[in-house]
Amino acid sequence: MSVSVSMKVNGKTATGNVEPRTLLVQFIREHLGLTGTHVGCDTSQCGACVVHVDGKSIKSCTMLALRADGADVSTIEGLAKDGTLHPMQEAFREHHGLQCGFCTPGMVMSAIDLVKRHNYKLDEKTVRHGLEGNLCRCTGYHNIVKAVLAGAEAMQAKGV
Amino acid sequence: MYDFQYHRPKSVADAVAALKKAADGKLIAGGQTLLPTLKMRLAQPTDLVDLSGVPELRGIKVEGNAVVIGAMAKHAEVSASAEVQKAIPALAMLASEIGDAQVRNMGTLGGSIANSDPAADYPAAIVGLNATIKTNERTIAADDFFKGIFTTALKEGEVIISVSFPVPEKAAYMKFDNPASRFAMVGVFVAKLAGGVRVAVTGAGPSVFRVKAMEEALAKDFSGKAVENIKVPTTGLNSDIHGSAEYRAHLVTVMAKRAADAAK
Repeated sequence: MSVSVSMKVNGKTATGNVEPRTLLVQFIREHLGLTGTHVGCDTSQCGACVVHVDGKSIKSCTMLALRADGADVSTIEGLAKDGTLHPMQEAFREHHGLQCGFCTPGMVMSAIDLVKRHNYKLDEKTVRHGLEGNLCRCTGYHNIVKAVLAGAEAMQAKGV
Repeated sequence: MYDFQYHRPKSVADAVAALKKAADGKLIAGGQTLLPTLKMRLAQPTDLVDLSGVPELRGIKVEGNAVVIGAMAKHAEVSASAEVQKAIPALAMLASEIGDAQVRNMGTLGGSIANSDPAADYPAAIVGLNATIKTNERTIAADDFFKGIFTTALKEGEVIISVSFPVPEKAAYMKFDNPASRFAMVGVFVAKLAGGVRVAVTGAGPSVFRVKAMEEALAKDFSGKAVENIKVPTTGLNSDIHGSAEYRAHLVTVMAKRAADAAK
């Protein structure tokens, strides 16, 4: 039996009919076609599926789509504005904070929440600890940490 | 995941009614354990009753000499709460070390204790602080709540409303976590309360337990030195690929010593 669900995704209203067991990540990828949000482990360990729900980072493979009914969801696709990358995306590009790129959308979404949670004040230890819910199997953490620190400064400078 | 019917009531009364109507209903709080369990098809409830839309289960407030935390308070909310940080810093610290940031944005106090995972952190705080669990039917003392592995005193259709944590003179929680899962291999909560000293251990056994010998020693001398030579018996302790019963028993003493020294 399918049930209707409605939420804001990247500022636009998104509605659909889903089975109650549909995960938020399935709704985002399969119903809305927003495939920037990845499914890595599907066991809430790796963080490739991180999106923001009402401003907080969560693992969308471990949340039902119906739980997000009425919520405000942001995915990696909603970050760039008018063709300009979000400062955190730009920092990942500038510092080569990726190798294969599979974990990157989740890393960026977690990093932005981390920066906001710490009111832009981050040091290396905080970043390494704060990204414990995101795994990079290319072991690219060195540049990811550099990118997040630079992204935090750029976010503060640009007031985002 | 097997399919199920989904309900999102706005009150505890409606949640209980939905549970009663279901053939095999289950409550879902933050879902950080239940959803992975359903994905592995280890459970097949006919109905899920989602508590996230029930306002009376939210909130953190100080009432007299206790901090009362709603069952649906998220770990991130408890760890960031100025009230909790001021009254019971050990509890805020414990909440800040559960899982990872994304899990803490979903996982809840009520969900954690209702699940009674042997390696969960919150049971140590509940028993260590002698908290009281309020449900829609009664209040349950900490020592009567946890009954064993994944088992509590909760009855069918009983919903946790809030937990009242007495403010201790001092307390600390020390955990030796599994580096991959961040679950406690062993976690020890020590507290000096108006009613005496408590030492509660999670991760080591099938369920949280107290160590009376350590409590008596700390009552005389609240310091790490007082417990550093007290060993717990290995009988009944968990033994798995992460560590033997002997290893866990050793960790209980080490974590208790560190917690006693760190208490504030």
